[in-house]
Amino acid sequence: MSGFSLILRRELALSWAGGGGPFLALGFYVAMASLLPLALGADPARMAGIAPGFAWLVLALASLLSLERMFERDFEDGALDLIALGPAPLEMTALAKGLAQWIAIAAPLALLAPVIVAALGAPTRLTPIVVTCGLIGGLSFCFLGGVGAALSLGSRRGGVLIALIVLPLFTPPVIFGAGAIEAFVAGLDWRTPLLLLCAYSLGATALCPFAMAAAARNAIS
Amino acid sequence: MFQALVNPDRFMAFSRWAAPLFGVIALVLAAAGLVLDFQAPPDYQQGYTVHIMFIHVPAAFMSEFVYVCLGVASFLSLVFRHALATAAARAAAPLGAGFTLLALVTGSLWGRPTWGTWWVWDPRLTSVLVLFLFYLGYMALEAAIEDETKAARAAAILALVGLINLPIVHYSVVWWNSLHQGSSLLRAGGPAMPAVYLAPLLLMVFAYMAGFGALWLVRIRGEVWRRRAAVLAMRAAT
Repeated sequence: MSGFSLILRRELALSWAGGGGPFLALGFYVAMASLLPLALGADPARMAGIAPGFAWLVLALASLLSLERMFERDFEDGALDLIALGPAPLEMTALAKGLAQWIAIAAPLALLAPVIVAALGAPTRLTPIVVTCGLIGGLSFCFLGGVGAALSLGSRRGGVLIALIVLPLFTPPVIFGAGAIEAFVAGLDWRTPLLLLCAYSLGATALCPFAMAAAARNAIS
Repeated sequence: MFQALVNPDRFMAFSRWAAPLFGVIALVLAAAGLVLDFQAPPDYQQGYTVHIMFIHVPAAFMSEFVYVCLGVASFLSLVFRHALATAAARAAAPLGAGFTLLALVTGSLWGRPTWGTWWVWDPRLTSVLVLFLFYLGYMALEAAIEDETKAARAAAILALVGLINLPIVHYSVVWWNSLHQGSSLLRAGGPAMPAVYLAPLLLMVFAYMAGFGALWLVRIRGEVWRRRAAVLAMRAAT
Protein backbone atom coordinates (compact mmCIF):
# COMPACT_ATOMS: atom_id res chain seq x y z
CA MET A 1 0.00 0.00 0.00
CA SER A 2 2.89 2.37 0.66
CA GLY A 3 3.95 1.93 -2.95
CA PHE A 4 0.47 2.92 -4.02
CA SER A 5 0.42 6.10 -1.95
CA LEU A 6 3.94 6.90 -3.11
CA ILE A 7 2.88 6.75 -6.76
CA LEU A 8 -0.29 8.67 -5.98
CA ARG A 9 1.68 11.46 -4.29
CA ARG A 10 4.19 11.50 -7.13
CA GLU A 11 1.42 11.85 -9.72
CA LEU A 12 -0.26 14.64 -7.77
CA ALA A 13 3.04 16.51 -7.41
CA LEU A 14 3.72 16.11 -11.12
CA SER A 15 0.29 17.37 -12.08
CA TRP A 16 1.02 20.60 -10.19
CA ALA A 17 4.58 20.87 -11.47
CA GLY A 18 4.80 22.60 -14.82
CA GLY A 19 1.20 22.08 -15.73
CA GLY A 20 -0.66 24.32 -13.34
CA GLY A 21 -2.67 21.41 -11.95
CA PRO A 22 -6.37 21.81 -12.61
CA PHE A 23 -6.23 25.41 -13.81
CA LEU A 24 -5.91 24.54 -17.49
CA ALA A 25 -9.09 22.45 -17.41
CA LEU A 26 -10.89 24.98 -15.20
CA GLY A 27 -9.93 27.80 -17.55
CA PHE A 28 -11.24 25.82 -20.50
CA TYR A 29 -14.48 25.20 -18.64
CA VAL A 30 -15.02 28.88 -17.88
CA ALA A 31 -14.08 29.92 -21.41
CA MET A 32 -16.54 27.47 -22.95
CA ALA A 33 -19.28 28.64 -20.60
CA SER A 34 -18.63 32.26 -21.55
CA LEU A 35 -19.02 31.37 -25.22
CA LEU A 36 -22.44 29.73 -24.75
CA PRO A 37 -24.46 32.96 -24.42
CA LEU A 38 -22.47 34.46 -27.29
CA ALA A 39 -23.41 31.56 -29.55
CA LEU A 40 -27.01 30.97 -28.47
CA GLY A 41 -28.12 34.39 -27.31
CA ALA A 42 -28.37 35.60 -23.73
CA ASP A 43 -32.09 35.00 -23.25
CA PRO A 44 -32.19 33.95 -19.55
CA ALA A 45 -35.09 31.52 -19.84
CA ARG A 46 -33.52 29.66 -22.74
CA MET A 47 -30.08 29.56 -21.12
CA ALA A 48 -31.50 28.25 -17.86
CA GLY A 49 -32.99 25.34 -19.78
CA ILE A 50 -29.76 24.47 -21.52
CA ALA A 51 -27.34 25.23 -18.67
CA PRO A 52 -27.33 21.92 -16.74
CA GLY A 53 -26.89 19.70 -19.79
CA PHE A 54 -24.32 22.04 -21.30
CA ALA A 55 -22.34 22.24 -18.07
CA TRP A 56 -22.31 18.44 -17.83
CA LEU A 57 -21.16 17.96 -21.44
CA VAL A 58 -18.38 20.54 -21.20
CA LEU A 59 -17.22 18.97 -17.93
CA ALA A 60 -16.74 15.74 -19.88
CA LEU A 61 -14.83 17.61 -22.59
CA ALA A 62 -12.68 19.52 -20.10
CA SER A 63 -11.60 16.27 -18.46
CA LEU A 64 -10.07 15.25 -21.81
CA LEU A 65 -7.60 18.10 -21.79
CA SER A 66 -4.81 16.87 -19.57
CA LEU A 67 -5.11 13.17 -20.41
CA GLU A 68 -2.23 13.37 -22.82
CA ARG A 69 0.20 14.04 -19.98
CA MET A 70 -1.02 11.09 -17.94
CA PHE A 71 1.34 8.54 -19.49
CA GLU A 72 3.17 10.43 -22.23
CA ARG A 73 5.59 12.27 -19.93
CA ASP A 74 6.64 9.09 -18.11
CA PHE A 75 6.88 7.28 -21.41
CA GLU A 76 9.16 9.87 -22.96
CA ASP A 77 11.63 10.27 -20.08
CA GLY A 78 11.80 6.54 -19.40
CA ALA A 79 10.13 6.70 -15.98
CA LEU A 80 7.44 4.30 -17.22
CA ASP A 81 10.10 1.65 -17.92
CA LEU A 82 11.47 2.04 -14.38
CA ILE A 83 8.00 1.86 -12.86
CA ALA A 84 7.26 -1.26 -14.89
CA LEU A 85 10.53 -2.84 -13.71
CA GLY A 86 9.78 -2.01 -10.09
CA PRO A 87 8.01 -4.27 -7.62
CA ALA A 88 4.60 -2.59 -7.94
CA PRO A 89 2.34 -4.16 -10.55
CA LEU A 90 1.62 -1.84 -13.44
CA GLU A 91 -2.13 -2.24 -12.83
CA MET A 92 -1.69 -0.62 -9.42
CA THR A 93 0.28 2.23 -10.96
CA ALA A 94 -2.51 2.69 -13.49
CA LEU A 95 -5.07 2.81 -10.68
CA ALA A 96 -2.97 5.41 -8.84
CA LYS A 97 -2.61 7.48 -12.00
CA GLY A 98 -6.35 7.39 -12.61
CA LEU A 99 -7.10 8.41 -9.02
CA ALA A 100 -4.51 11.18 -9.17
CA GLN A 101 -6.14 12.45 -12.34
CA TRP A 102 -9.47 12.37 -10.55
CA ILE A 103 -8.18 14.31 -7.53
CA ALA A 104 -6.21 16.83 -9.59
CA ILE A 105 -8.59 17.46 -12.48
CA ALA A 106 -12.01 15.86 -12.14
CA ALA A 107 -12.77 16.91 -8.56
CA PRO A 108 -11.96 20.61 -9.14
CA LEU A 109 -14.07 20.51 -12.32
CA ALA A 110 -16.96 18.98 -10.35
CA LEU A 111 -16.66 21.73 -7.76
CA LEU A 112 -16.65 24.41 -10.46
CA ALA A 113 -19.63 22.90 -12.28
CA PRO A 114 -22.39 24.33 -10.00
CA VAL A 115 -20.82 27.79 -10.35
CA ILE A 116 -21.05 27.46 -14.13
CA VAL A 117 -24.60 26.16 -13.91
CA ALA A 118 -25.62 29.06 -11.67
CA ALA A 119 -23.78 31.62 -13.79
CA LEU A 120 -25.75 30.45 -16.83
CA GLY A 121 -28.94 31.10 -14.96
CA ALA A 122 -30.10 27.72 -13.66
CA PRO A 123 -31.35 27.60 -10.04
CA THR A 124 -28.74 27.05 -7.32
CA ARG A 125 -30.75 24.20 -5.82
CA LEU A 126 -29.11 22.02 -8.47
CA THR A 127 -25.73 22.36 -6.72
CA PRO A 128 -25.77 19.03 -4.82
CA ILE A 129 -26.77 16.89 -7.80
CA VAL A 130 -24.35 18.62 -10.16
CA VAL A 131 -21.41 18.18 -7.78
CA THR A 132 -22.35 14.56 -7.06
CA CYS A 133 -22.64 13.70 -10.74
CA GLY A 134 -19.38 15.52 -11.47
CA LEU A 135 -17.50 13.66 -8.75
CA ILE A 136 -18.89 10.23 -9.61
CA GLY A 137 -18.91 10.64 -13.38
CA GLY A 138 -15.42 12.12 -13.15
CA LEU A 139 -14.17 8.68 -12.13
CA SER A 140 -15.45 7.25 -15.43
CA PHE A 141 -13.98 10.12 -17.41
CA CYS A 142 -10.56 9.75 -15.76
CA PHE A 143 -10.31 6.00 -16.10
CA LEU A 144 -11.75 5.69 -19.62
CA GLY A 145 -9.56 8.61 -20.58
CA GLY A 146 -6.60 6.84 -19.03
CA VAL A 147 -7.23 3.87 -21.31
CA GLY A 148 -7.19 6.20 -24.30
CA ALA A 149 -4.03 7.91 -23.05
CA ALA A 150 -2.22 4.61 -22.54
CA LEU A 151 -3.36 3.25 -25.90
CA SER A 152 -2.18 6.26 -27.86
CA LEU A 153 1.36 6.06 -26.42
CA GLY A 154 3.89 5.99 -29.22
CA SER A 155 1.60 7.66 -31.71
CA ARG A 156 2.41 11.01 -33.18
CA ARG A 157 -0.79 12.92 -32.51
CA GLY A 158 -1.83 12.02 -29.01
CA GLY A 159 -4.44 14.64 -28.16
CA VAL A 160 -6.88 14.33 -31.04
CA LEU A 161 -6.45 10.57 -31.15
CA ILE A 162 -7.30 10.25 -27.44
CA ALA A 163 -10.43 12.34 -27.98
CA LEU A 164 -11.54 10.19 -30.92
CA ILE A 165 -10.96 6.95 -29.00
CA VAL A 166 -12.44 8.10 -25.72
CA LEU A 167 -15.49 10.17 -26.65
CA PRO A 168 -17.58 7.21 -27.92
CA LEU A 169 -16.75 5.45 -24.63
CA PHE A 170 -18.12 8.47 -22.76
CA THR A 171 -21.63 7.80 -24.10
CA PRO A 172 -23.03 5.91 -21.08
CA PRO A 173 -21.70 8.18 -18.30
CA VAL A 174 -22.76 11.30 -20.20
CA ILE A 175 -26.26 9.87 -20.63
CA PHE A 176 -26.62 8.74 -17.00
CA GLY A 177 -25.26 11.99 -15.54
CA ALA A 178 -27.39 14.15 -17.78
CA GLY A 179 -30.37 11.93 -16.97
CA ALA A 180 -29.85 12.37 -13.22
CA ILE A 181 -29.50 16.16 -13.50
CA GLU A 182 -32.46 16.44 -15.85
CA ALA A 183 -34.66 14.29 -13.63
CA PHE A 184 -33.65 16.40 -10.62
CA VAL A 185 -34.60 19.58 -12.48
CA ALA A 186 -37.97 18.09 -13.42
CA GLY A 187 -38.55 16.78 -9.91
CA LEU A 188 -38.59 13.17 -11.09
CA ASP A 189 -36.77 10.13 -9.74
CA TRP A 190 -33.09 11.03 -10.05
CA ARG A 191 -31.77 8.14 -7.96
CA THR A 192 -31.99 5.53 -10.72
CA PRO A 193 -29.76 7.35 -13.23
CA LEU A 194 -27.41 8.35 -10.41
CA LEU A 195 -27.10 4.72 -9.34
CA LEU A 196 -26.50 3.68 -12.93
CA LEU A 197 -23.77 6.34 -13.12
CA CYS A 198 -22.26 4.97 -9.89
CA ALA A 199 -22.35 1.45 -11.29
CA TYR A 200 -20.68 2.48 -14.52
CA SER A 201 -18.01 4.49 -12.73
CA LEU A 202 -17.21 1.68 -10.32
CA GLY A 203 -17.02 -0.78 -13.19
CA ALA A 204 -14.71 1.54 -15.11
CA THR A 205 -12.52 2.07 -12.04
CA ALA A 206 -12.24 -1.67 -11.51
CA LEU A 207 -11.61 -2.75 -15.12
CA CYS A 208 -9.81 0.14 -16.80
CA PRO A 209 -6.51 -0.22 -14.87
CA PHE A 210 -6.06 -3.63 -16.50
CA ALA A 211 -6.54 -2.19 -19.99
CA MET A 212 -4.28 0.75 -19.12
CA ALA A 213 -1.54 -1.54 -17.84
CA ALA A 214 -1.81 -3.82 -20.88
CA ALA A 215 -1.57 -0.84 -23.20
CA ALA A 216 1.36 0.69 -21.30
CA ARG A 217 3.19 -2.65 -21.28
CA ASN A 218 2.64 -2.93 -25.01
CA ALA A 219 4.04 0.57 -25.59
CA ILE A 220 7.25 0.02 -23.62
CA SER A 221 7.89 -3.53 -24.81
CA MET B 1 -11.22 -26.80 -39.10
CA PHE B 2 -10.08 -23.85 -37.02
CA GLN B 3 -7.03 -25.75 -35.80
CA ALA B 4 -6.02 -26.50 -39.36
CA LEU B 5 -6.43 -22.92 -40.48
CA VAL B 6 -4.09 -21.58 -37.80
CA ASN B 7 -1.22 -22.59 -40.05
CA PRO B 8 -0.75 -19.69 -42.52
CA ASP B 9 0.19 -21.96 -45.41
CA ARG B 10 -2.94 -24.03 -44.96
CA PHE B 11 -4.96 -20.87 -44.56
CA MET B 12 -3.61 -19.56 -47.84
CA ALA B 13 -4.39 -22.83 -49.59
CA PHE B 14 -7.91 -22.84 -48.12
CA SER B 15 -8.71 -19.19 -48.76
CA ARG B 16 -7.43 -19.43 -52.32
CA TRP B 17 -10.57 -21.26 -53.35
CA ALA B 18 -12.82 -20.34 -50.40
CA ALA B 19 -12.72 -16.60 -51.09
CA PRO B 20 -13.97 -16.81 -54.69
CA LEU B 21 -16.46 -19.49 -53.65
CA PHE B 22 -17.95 -17.18 -51.00
CA GLY B 23 -17.99 -14.41 -53.57
CA VAL B 24 -19.97 -16.52 -56.03
CA ILE B 25 -22.37 -17.62 -53.29
CA ALA B 26 -22.86 -13.98 -52.33
CA LEU B 27 -23.62 -12.97 -55.90
CA VAL B 28 -26.08 -15.85 -56.43
CA LEU B 29 -27.89 -15.16 -53.15
CA ALA B 30 -27.99 -11.42 -53.78
CA ALA B 31 -29.36 -11.99 -57.30
CA ALA B 32 -32.05 -14.35 -55.98
CA GLY B 33 -32.87 -11.95 -53.16
CA LEU B 34 -33.17 -8.99 -55.51
CA VAL B 35 -35.39 -10.93 -57.94
CA LEU B 36 -37.73 -11.93 -55.11
CA ASP B 37 -37.54 -8.39 -53.77
CA PHE B 38 -38.72 -6.83 -57.01
CA GLN B 39 -41.49 -9.40 -57.35
CA ALA B 40 -42.77 -8.45 -53.91
CA PRO B 41 -45.70 -6.02 -53.97
CA PRO B 42 -45.10 -2.46 -52.75
CA ASP B 43 -45.90 -2.04 -49.08
CA TYR B 44 -49.39 -0.67 -48.44
CA GLN B 45 -47.97 2.17 -46.37
CA GLN B 46 -44.41 2.69 -47.55
CA GLY B 47 -44.93 2.01 -51.23
CA TYR B 48 -41.79 1.29 -53.22
CA THR B 49 -39.44 2.64 -50.56
CA VAL B 50 -39.76 -0.70 -48.78
CA HIS B 51 -37.19 -2.00 -51.25
CA ILE B 52 -34.54 -0.02 -49.34
CA MET B 53 -35.09 -2.44 -46.47
CA PHE B 54 -33.35 -5.24 -48.35
CA ILE B 55 -30.17 -3.17 -48.56
CA HIS B 56 -30.47 -1.47 -45.20
CA VAL B 57 -31.41 -4.20 -42.71
CA PRO B 58 -28.65 -6.66 -43.71
CA ALA B 59 -26.09 -3.81 -43.54
CA ALA B 60 -27.25 -2.87 -40.05
CA PHE B 61 -27.02 -6.50 -39.00
CA MET B 62 -23.53 -6.83 -40.50
CA SER B 63 -22.29 -3.71 -38.73
CA GLU B 64 -22.68 -5.53 -35.41
CA PHE B 65 -21.75 -8.96 -36.72
CA VAL B 66 -18.43 -7.65 -38.05
CA TYR B 67 -17.69 -5.98 -34.72
CA VAL B 68 -18.12 -9.33 -32.98
CA CYS B 69 -15.75 -10.89 -35.56
CA LEU B 70 -13.31 -8.05 -34.90
CA GLY B 71 -13.57 -8.58 -31.16
CA VAL B 72 -13.01 -12.35 -31.38
CA ALA B 73 -10.05 -11.89 -33.74
CA SER B 74 -8.60 -9.24 -31.41
CA PHE B 75 -8.98 -11.54 -28.43
CA LEU B 76 -7.20 -14.39 -30.24
CA SER B 77 -4.50 -12.01 -31.41
CA LEU B 78 -3.99 -10.60 -27.92
CA VAL B 79 -4.05 -13.85 -25.97
CA PHE B 80 -2.44 -16.31 -28.39
CA ARG B 81 -0.40 -13.70 -30.28
CA HIS B 82 -1.32 -15.36 -33.51
CA ALA B 83 -0.32 -13.51 -36.68
CA LEU B 84 -3.37 -14.60 -38.66
CA ALA B 85 -5.77 -13.39 -35.98
CA THR B 86 -3.97 -10.04 -35.98
CA ALA B 87 -4.30 -9.86 -39.75
CA ALA B 88 -7.98 -10.84 -39.48
CA ALA B 89 -8.73 -8.09 -36.96
CA ARG B 90 -6.92 -5.52 -39.06
CA ALA B 91 -8.73 -6.66 -42.19
CA ALA B 92 -12.19 -6.65 -40.60
CA ALA B 93 -12.30 -3.05 -39.35
CA PRO B 94 -12.69 -1.14 -42.64
CA LEU B 95 -15.29 -3.65 -43.82
CA GLY B 96 -17.27 -3.15 -40.63
CA ALA B 97 -17.00 0.60 -40.94
CA GLY B 98 -18.23 0.28 -44.53
CA PHE B 99 -21.28 -1.77 -43.52
CA THR B 100 -22.04 0.68 -40.72
CA LEU B 101 -21.79 3.65 -43.05
CA LEU B 102 -24.01 1.85 -45.58
CA ALA B 103 -26.57 1.20 -42.85
CA LEU B 104 -26.51 4.85 -41.78
CA VAL B 105 -26.78 6.22 -45.32
CA THR B 106 -29.50 3.85 -46.53
CA GLY B 107 -31.37 4.33 -43.27
CA SER B 108 -31.24 8.06 -43.80
CA LEU B 109 -32.46 7.70 -47.40
CA TRP B 110 -35.25 5.44 -46.20
CA GLY B 111 -36.19 7.73 -43.35
CA ARG B 112 -36.70 10.76 -45.55
CA PRO B 113 -39.72 9.43 -47.53
CA THR B 114 -41.21 7.30 -44.74
CA TRP B 115 -40.70 9.41 -41.61
CA GLY B 116 -40.22 12.75 -43.35
CA THR B 117 -36.81 13.33 -41.82
CA TRP B 118 -33.24 12.30 -42.56
CA TRP B 119 -32.32 11.62 -38.99
CA VAL B 120 -34.00 10.99 -35.66
CA TRP B 121 -32.18 10.70 -32.34
CA ASP B 122 -33.65 7.31 -31.83
CA PRO B 123 -31.82 4.69 -29.71
CA ARG B 124 -31.07 2.42 -32.64
CA LEU B 125 -29.78 5.17 -34.87
CA THR B 126 -27.69 6.67 -32.11
CA SER B 127 -26.08 3.40 -31.10
CA VAL B 128 -25.22 2.61 -34.72
CA LEU B 129 -23.63 6.04 -35.01
CA VAL B 130 -21.56 5.38 -31.87
CA LEU B 131 -20.57 2.03 -33.36
CA PHE B 132 -19.36 3.85 -36.46
CA LEU B 133 -17.27 6.18 -34.28
CA PHE B 134 -15.80 3.10 -32.58
CA TYR B 135 -14.67 1.75 -35.93
CA LEU B 136 -13.13 5.12 -36.79
CA GLY B 137 -11.29 5.26 -33.47
CA TYR B 138 -10.01 1.73 -33.96
CA MET B 139 -8.68 2.47 -37.44
CA ALA B 140 -7.21 5.82 -36.38
CA LEU B 141 -5.35 4.21 -33.47
CA GLU B 142 -3.99 1.44 -35.64
CA ALA B 143 -2.84 3.93 -38.27
CA ALA B 144 -1.28 6.36 -35.79
CA ILE B 145 1.24 4.01 -34.15
CA GLU B 146 4.22 3.34 -36.37
CA ASP B 147 5.47 0.04 -34.97
CA GLU B 148 3.13 -2.49 -36.56
CA THR B 149 3.03 -5.12 -33.82
CA LYS B 150 2.49 -2.46 -31.16
CA ALA B 151 -0.23 -0.84 -33.25
CA ALA B 152 -1.98 -4.18 -33.63
CA ARG B 153 -1.85 -4.94 -29.91
CA ALA B 154 -3.04 -1.46 -28.91
CA ALA B 155 -5.89 -1.73 -31.40
CA ALA B 156 -6.78 -5.18 -30.06
CA ILE B 157 -7.01 -3.82 -26.51
CA LEU B 158 -9.25 -1.02 -27.76
CA ALA B 159 -11.43 -3.53 -29.62
CA LEU B 160 -11.93 -5.55 -26.43
CA VAL B 161 -12.71 -2.43 -24.38
CA GLY B 162 -15.24 -1.58 -27.08
CA LEU B 163 -16.68 -5.08 -27.03
CA ILE B 164 -17.42 -4.74 -23.30
CA ASN B 165 -18.68 -1.22 -23.74
CA LEU B 166 -20.91 -1.54 -26.81
CA PRO B 167 -23.76 -3.42 -25.09
CA ILE B 168 -23.66 -0.85 -22.28
CA VAL B 169 -23.73 1.95 -24.84
CA HIS B 170 -26.69 0.30 -26.52
CA TYR B 171 -28.70 -0.12 -23.32
CA SER B 172 -27.80 3.32 -22.03
CA VAL B 173 -28.99 4.88 -25.26
CA VAL B 174 -32.24 2.91 -25.10
CA TRP B 175 -32.67 4.00 -21.50
CA TRP B 176 -31.87 7.60 -22.46
CA ASN B 177 -34.57 7.82 -25.05
CA SER B 178 -37.16 6.14 -22.89
CA LEU B 179 -36.73 9.17 -20.62
CA HIS B 180 -37.86 11.45 -23.39
CA GLN B 181 -40.42 9.83 -25.60
CA GLY B 182 -40.83 6.38 -27.00
CA SER B 183 -40.32 6.19 -30.73
CA SER B 184 -42.94 4.10 -32.43
CA LEU B 185 -41.46 4.73 -35.86
CA LEU B 186 -38.97 1.93 -35.86
CA ARG B 187 -41.28 -0.81 -34.63
CA ALA B 188 -40.89 -3.44 -37.34
CA GLY B 189 -44.18 -3.36 -39.17
CA GLY B 190 -46.53 -4.12 -36.29
CA PRO B 191 -47.54 -7.67 -37.27
CA ALA B 192 -44.84 -10.18 -38.19
CA MET B 193 -43.30 -9.63 -41.58
CA PRO B 194 -45.12 -11.40 -44.46
CA ALA B 195 -43.22 -14.13 -46.27
CA VAL B 196 -42.95 -12.12 -49.51
CA TYR B 197 -40.65 -9.74 -47.66
CA LEU B 198 -39.07 -12.16 -45.23
CA ALA B 199 -37.68 -14.55 -47.86
CA PRO B 200 -35.76 -11.95 -49.89
CA LEU B 201 -34.61 -10.27 -46.66
CA LEU B 202 -33.11 -13.49 -45.32
CA LEU B 203 -31.51 -14.18 -48.71
CA MET B 204 -29.95 -10.72 -48.63
CA VAL B 205 -28.66 -11.24 -45.09
CA PHE B 206 -26.94 -14.46 -46.16
CA ALA B 207 -25.66 -12.74 -49.31
CA TYR B 208 -24.12 -9.97 -47.18
CA MET B 209 -22.54 -12.54 -44.87
CA ALA B 210 -21.06 -14.50 -47.75
CA GLY B 211 -19.87 -11.29 -49.33
CA PHE B 212 -18.24 -10.24 -46.10
CA GLY B 213 -16.61 -13.68 -45.84
CA ALA B 214 -15.18 -13.33 -49.33
CA LEU B 215 -13.89 -9.78 -48.80
CA TRP B 216 -12.52 -10.64 -45.38
CA LEU B 217 -10.58 -13.62 -46.71
CA VAL B 218 -9.24 -11.55 -49.59
CA ARG B 219 -8.12 -8.82 -47.20
CA ILE B 220 -6.47 -11.32 -44.85
CA ARG B 221 -4.68 -12.83 -47.83
CA GLY B 222 -3.52 -9.36 -48.76
CA GLU B 223 -2.18 -8.84 -45.24
CA VAL B 224 -0.28 -12.14 -45.41
CA TRP B 225 1.19 -11.24 -48.79
CA ARG B 226 2.13 -7.78 -47.56
CA ARG B 227 3.93 -9.25 -44.57
CA ARG B 228 5.74 -11.81 -46.70
CA ALA B 229 6.84 -9.05 -49.04
CA ALA B 230 8.12 -7.03 -46.08
CA VAL B 231 10.12 -10.02 -44.82
CA LEU B 232 11.63 -10.55 -48.29
CA ALA B 233 12.51 -6.88 -48.52
CA MET B 234 14.23 -7.05 -45.12
CA ARG B 235 16.19 -10.10 -46.21
CA ALA B 236 17.24 -8.48 -49.45
CA ALA B 237 18.39 -5.38 -47.61
CA THR B 238 20.65 -7.20 -45.16
